Amino acid sequence: MIELYIVMALMIAGALAAVEMRNLLSAVIAVGVVGLGLSIVFLLLKAPEIALTQLVVEIVAVIILIRATLTLEDSGEWLGSRPLGSLLGALFAALTVWVGIVAFKSLPAFGDPLMLVSQRYLADAAADTGAANIVAAIILDYRAYDTLGEATVLFTAVVGVLTVMRRKGVKDHGEK
Amino acid sequence: MARNDGEAGMTLVVKTVTRLTVGLIFLYGIYIVLNGHLSPGGGFAGGVIIALSFINLFLAFGAKKTFEIIRKDAVTALESVGAVLFLGIALLGFIDGGFFSNFLPQGELFSLVSGGAIPLSNIAICIKVGAGIFGMFLALVAFRGSEREGK
Repeated sequence: MIELYIVMALMIAGALAAVEMRNLLSAVIAVGVVGLGLSIVFLLLKAPEIALTQLVVEIVAVIILIRATLTLEDSGEWLGSRPLGSLLGALFAALTVWVGIVAFKSLPAFGDPLMLVSQRYLADAAADTGAANIVAAIILDYRAYDTLGEATVLFTAVVGVLTVMRRKGVKDHGEK
Repeated sequence: MARNDGEAGMTLVVKTVTRLTVGLIFLYGIYIVLNGHLSPGGGFAGGVIIALSFINLFLAFGAKKTFEIIRKDAVTALESVGAVLFLGIALLGFIDGGFFSNFLPQGELFSLVSGGAIPLSNIAICIKVGAGIFGMFLALVAFRGSEREGK
């Protein structure tokens, strides 16, 4: 389990570096460290399916972010520290941590989930669906509605991006 | 590196390596999709890998070469086609009794043709996700670059 904590410490360091970095490109690379670390964490937790998806999505995201940041001027201007803002931020962080601790205490212990529905999936998935990969059996058969919802979310996101970024049909400012 | 025109692409080294690897990446994506019901992976991961092979092509060879292989309109059209296919598979479930019912025979466990409609759903999701991710990449990276070029 120690390697899990090493990778997670690396991810936290990457996240902090991404926030503190002045250079946008360095910040994007630091975010990439977090995503790739998450992929390794999924592997260590024996979830290769999610690890694979996380890996490829992270690569796409970093490519898009790098290409997007390279076209922008680096506006990494330090605005100076504001005491009241920092105090409020610290208070909010402390509140979040406290609520988090309270919430996590009510969860079942790590690695000991309530396997009420999952037990049925594990026992019957192969017989019910005929698919050897149980994850595929769950997301495309038992919980296909869920997947349809995800596909709709992605569809909406793509349509939104294409609408905002499109060139056809956008009036120039001079034309108004 | 920070060139936005996308016409020339990158250096000869990158182009040569891309020419050797891009087909393998594409094939690996198809493998991940078709084995989605047998091994880790599936429509989403495989679709992203296929999109990555096109992104690789775009970054190395530039916009013109890429659009010779797949047209811009085709990408957005394929995204919708994938969504309609997935919904169609869901509606075909009514043959067997309900929305998303697995209407095909299960087949033999661990064989390539098994799992009923699950491989078909994987293929539909692959088309949808692959075209969607590549379309987003084009919108965020390529279109904006050429727009700046035009100004």
